[in-house]
Amino acid sequence: MDLITPSIGLVFWTGLVFLILIIILRAFAWKPILSALKAREDSIEDALKSAELAKQEMAKLQADNQKLLQEARAERDKLLKEATDVATKIKEEAKADASKQTEKMIGDAKKAIELEKNAALREVTVKVAELSLEIAEKVLRKNLSDDKEQKALVDDYIKDLKLN
Amino acid sequence: MIKNNHFRFISLGFIFLFSFLFIENVNASGSEGDFNANEMIMHHIADSHEFHLWGEGQESLSIPLPVILWTENGLDIFMSGKFHHGEETVTTDKGSYELIHDKIYYAGTYSEEAHTGEQPLDFSITKNVFTLILSSILICLIFITVAKGYKKRPGAPKGLQSLMEPLVIFVRDEIAIPNIGEKKHHIFMPFLLTVFFFIWLNNLIGLVPFFPGSANLSGNVSFTGTLAVITLFVVNFSGNKEYWKHIFWMPGVPVPVKILLAPIELISVFAKPFALAVRLFANITAGHIVVLSLIALIFILGSYAASLVAVPLALFINILELLVAFLQAFVFTLLAALFIGQAVAEHEHH
Repeated sequence: MDLITPSIGLVFWTGLVFLILIIILRAFAWKPILSALKAREDSIEDALKSAELAKQEMAKLQADNQKLLQEARAERDKLLKEATDVATKIKEEAKADASKQTEKMIGDAKKAIELEKNAALREVTVKVAELSLEIAEKVLRKNLSDDKEQKALVDDYIKDLKLN
Repeated sequence: MIKNNHFRFISLGFIFLFSFLFIENVNASGSEGDFNANEMIMHHIADSHEFHLWGEGQESLSIPLPVILWTENGLDIFMSGKFHHGEETVTTDKGSYELIHDKIYYAGTYSEEAHTGEQPLDFSITKNVFTLILSSILICLIFITVAKGYKKRPGAPKGLQSLMEPLVIFVRDEIAIPNIGEKKHHIFMPFLLTVFFFIWLNNLIGLVPFFPGSANLSGNVSFTGTLAVITLFVVNFSGNKEYWKHIFWMPGVPVPVKILLAPIELISVFAKPFALAVRLFANITAGHIVVLSLIALIFILGSYAASLVAVPLALFINILELLVAFLQAFVFTLLAALFIGQAVAEHEHH
């Protein structure tokens, strides 16, 4: 019977000691321990979360890079094509220009040649006239002395003329 | 493998060593005549005004503890050594007292037939109260040290800290949160942690067979009853409107059933902590009784050979008690958390 009879002293001391214990431990042990644990768990969770975030960011960045690269490639291709086109056009134009120029030059040259030819012909005509006059003068002069010689002289002159 | 063999060898050695110690005791008590196992066991699991170290009767050596009495004439304080193990009557200016079967009576009032007499209110620092204070100081030292560790090193735990941290997390994640819920568990964490470690440590100290252990504090109905009453207060003071409604006017049932259920629910309010108190008291006391009975077997049979069986068995039970010490602390805390959880639960309206 003693075993299951509560004794007032032990009830009193248990109650008192337990209440004091709970107050002391609450203030100096449980609160600091639990808040430290919570802080640590939070920091671990945060770290994990930010790592995940960084991973995602990285993936996004990589995708962006890929996209940029693709865009750059497309841009380059476009630019190249445009440049080729322009070059071709310029070449064509140049070619067209050049042939035109050539034709014009050829035309000019022909004209010049014609002019020169005409001028030369005119000069020749004048020269022939002069020479004819000279010959005529010389013949006239020689004729005065000898007919035969006159003829030889004329031949001579004509030979001279041919050589010229 | 080698380590294992060593361990076996050492434990066998211990068993034999203890066996011889007990054989020694057989001789000592055998000369005094009849051995009363019942008396011995009851004496060991009961509270006492002195810390018995060794010896019998007048020759025994004990550490006296302070006696604090609230008498008809006021407070009276003296050391229990004055009783000389119950042989002498102590007379002070407030009154005179006798110590009979570890209980203090006013001198001359105790009657053998009725087994009772007039008693002053006894607030003495008994063996159990001493253990109570000792365990409290130990718990404070342990956990304040641990808490300081967190202030010093916010990072990974170390030493004592890493020993206690899983236990604290265990109480939080396996006991408090599943039963009370994420939202409110932090209000009750100090109570649950204190109850858990307080009961566990006292269970363990009770298993130590010599000073400063050996007191059967957590197997004392006053101790478990007080903790249960504190739990009763915590549960019912934190009970919300829904909780009280479920007790006095159960929703969702016809009115006659409501009337029938109210007294039953009211009884359950008190039955729950009562069960807590009885469970802890009975489990721990039973463990002590089994160990003491096995040791008593040697003296009852009066044979050295009995120790070869009794001591290994007692050792086995003692190791089992280590498990029970943890288990009962866990069960008490778990049920306390469960009752709190029922009291603070936000009920879904069905």
